[in-house]
Amino acid sequence: MSVFEQVRGIASDIFGITPDQVIAASSPETIESWDSTQHLNLVLAIEEKFGIQLDPEEIEQMKNVGIVADIIEKKLSSVSK
Amino acid sequence: MQGDHNPSNLRSEIDRLISEGLVAPASQRLCELWRRDAGSATAAFVVARLDQVREKLALPKFKLAILRSFTVDPIVPLLRAEALSYGIDVSVHVGDFNAYAQEILDRDSGLYRFEPDAVALAVRAAEIAPDLWSHFAELSAETANQAAERVVRSFEQWIAAFRARSSAALVIHNLELPSMPNLGVLDGQLENGQSDLFRQINREVTRIAAAYRGVYVLDYAALVARHGSERWHDERKWQMARLPIAADHLLSMAREWMRFVVPLSGHIAKALVVDLDNTLWGGVIGEDGMTGIKVGAEYPGAAYQALQRALLDLSRKGILLAVCSKNNLDDAMEALDQHPGMLIRSKDFAALRINWTDKAQNLREIAEELNIGIDSLAFVDDNRFEREQVRAALREVNVIDLPHDPMGYAAAIRNCPLFERLSLSAEDRQRTTMYAEQRQRTGAEQNFQSKEDFFRFLEQEVEIAPVSDATLARVAQLTQKTNQFNMTTRRYTEQQIADMSSAPEWEILSIKVKDRFGDHGLVGVAIAHQQGERCEVDTFLMSCRVIGRTIETAFLAALGERAAARGCKQLVGRFVPTKKNAPARDFYAQHGFSQHEANGDGAFWTLDLADASLRCPEWIKLVSPGGGKN
Repeated sequence: MSVFEQVRGIASDIFGITPDQVIAASSPETIESWDSTQHLNLVLAIEEKFGIQLDPEEIEQMKNVGIVADIIEKKLSSVSK
Repeated sequence: MQGDHNPSNLRSEIDRLISEGLVAPASQRLCELWRRDAGSATAAFVVARLDQVREKLALPKFKLAILRSFTVDPIVPLLRAEALSYGIDVSVHVGDFNAYAQEILDRDSGLYRFEPDAVALAVRAAEIAPDLWSHFAELSAETANQAAERVVRSFEQWIAAFRARSSAALVIHNLELPSMPNLGVLDGQLENGQSDLFRQINREVTRIAAAYRGVYVLDYAALVARHGSERWHDERKWQMARLPIAADHLLSMAREWMRFVVPLSGHIAKALVVDLDNTLWGGVIGEDGMTGIKVGAEYPGAAYQALQRALLDLSRKGILLAVCSKNNLDDAMEALDQHPGMLIRSKDFAALRINWTDKAQNLREIAEELNIGIDSLAFVDDNRFEREQVRAALREVNVIDLPHDPMGYAAAIRNCPLFERLSLSAEDRQRTTMYAEQRQRTGAEQNFQSKEDFFRFLEQEVEIAPVSDATLARVAQLTQKTNQFNMTTRRYTEQQIADMSSAPEWEILSIKVKDRFGDHGLVGVAIAHQQGERCEVDTFLMSCRVIGRTIETAFLAALGERAAARGCKQLVGRFVPTKKNAPARDFYAQHGFSQHEANGDGAFWTLDLADASLRCPEWIKLVSPGGGKN
């Protein structure tokens, strides 16, 4: 499963919507339940699932699901190097 | 579990089941999903569904309030999902950030309005003792000692204030130790050094907690150490969101709370049934033989010895052990009793089922033989197939998963909250012996023509006495965990029992039972509430071990006599049906009570004491407290 697919599953659990309602452009503007509390929960779920720690700057940048997946991929490839 | 986020289509299946109103299967699938993929994302899913079905599911409920000096909100869904997998519907009140002292002191605070069953006081060293935690090197010895004393006094005041306002259980996090003491290795050389002072604070908190009923210590220092301080903490999340615990340890925190929630809610396992081949020893005794199986002090047998040690520790806490194994009896018994590497022997097991019958059937028989509900059994087997089969056939049995590596077996047992106990009674310590005596009794019963002959032969002696300091913990424990012979299933904490016993209109009696085979200990509780000439039986319960031997009649007769002596004319009893208390259903009818309002919760039974024929059976000897004969 691709990183994006996994993020989609996590986002659907956290925001309480079905996976097909989550697309790369999904953001706090398009997902009603995506507030600051749920943003923290999203971050925690991602860190736990992928075994990474996100920097405050990265957490700040996570403005939509596509960006979230990109940040994780970058992080994972830098970990494996 | 790393990797696949959506294990199969469980999630959509769950939503389909819920939309069709099939809440029980939906809840089973939720538990399965949780077992396969426990974590923050799954927890959000599970909790959202739990909230949709919880009214219909009607699981036992438990209310936990968390008073805290740090962010705990992301841990709450993990706790609720984990609790669901143990069949408990936990609701949580999170106190305002750093407002724990006000919440404890203010009788009208959200804490008390929530009416919690238990309260966790989750305060960290860095917040309660900032000077000791961060600036220890700057402090004089005197200032440091005073700071430590101040912390201890604060805990003492909060505990006392809480106890004066609530009878709920209180679980206090103790303080973690600094992982990098301000003075480096020098700290290890100092009496009253930084680490030493935190250890002293923790020792004092334990001492204070022990002086109160229902106040317990969660060893946060040990929890952090177990997972490693540097991995446990996430300084960035602390700065960002006042969340000090790293994402992958939030579940560890939730699970540590569960080790208190499970015993406090009474949802415990009373017996653990173990498999033999590749569980209690490595290899298959029927194929590998005595010299081939692996169990001993060295690798790889050491993993199995470690598991056996964990099992023996459980039996010292009063948890019964039993064997359920597909094997030839002689092969298995030889290994159990002759193998030099075994720490555990057949005598340590209260029941043995070594045969080729399916395990679900054997588990049913074991529950019957041990006289406990099937939901009080836990089952452990290395074979995933056997585990799933038992889960499918016997939903009530608590099936414990083992990791792939046998080195992790002992930890799987030791970390399981079903085996946690918060206090031990004398009965707990002797339970295995009592069951051995029970086997003799059952053997004896078969030799008698009539029940009465058998009762006479048993030479039963009972001691009925008002609750005292010495019996209070056991009395509360029985109200919390007796499910079958229990008329009203009202659960009481030690503090509630203590409060009631000091009120003149309440009488709390306990019964101890002995017979020619041994001592059963304290096995029954009756609570009576006098209301003028009526005496209402609030609680009447007995351990199933002694049911059917007319002890219950003796106990009820004593209750009636005492009520009559206080001027009561009528004994009023209620039977509140639950899923499990069918054995108690006909009790009042069998003892000459007449029923009123047969239907619904209003049903009650009365007995006129003046013309009642309720007597202690002639074959039961009443002994007064202290040992003298009545």
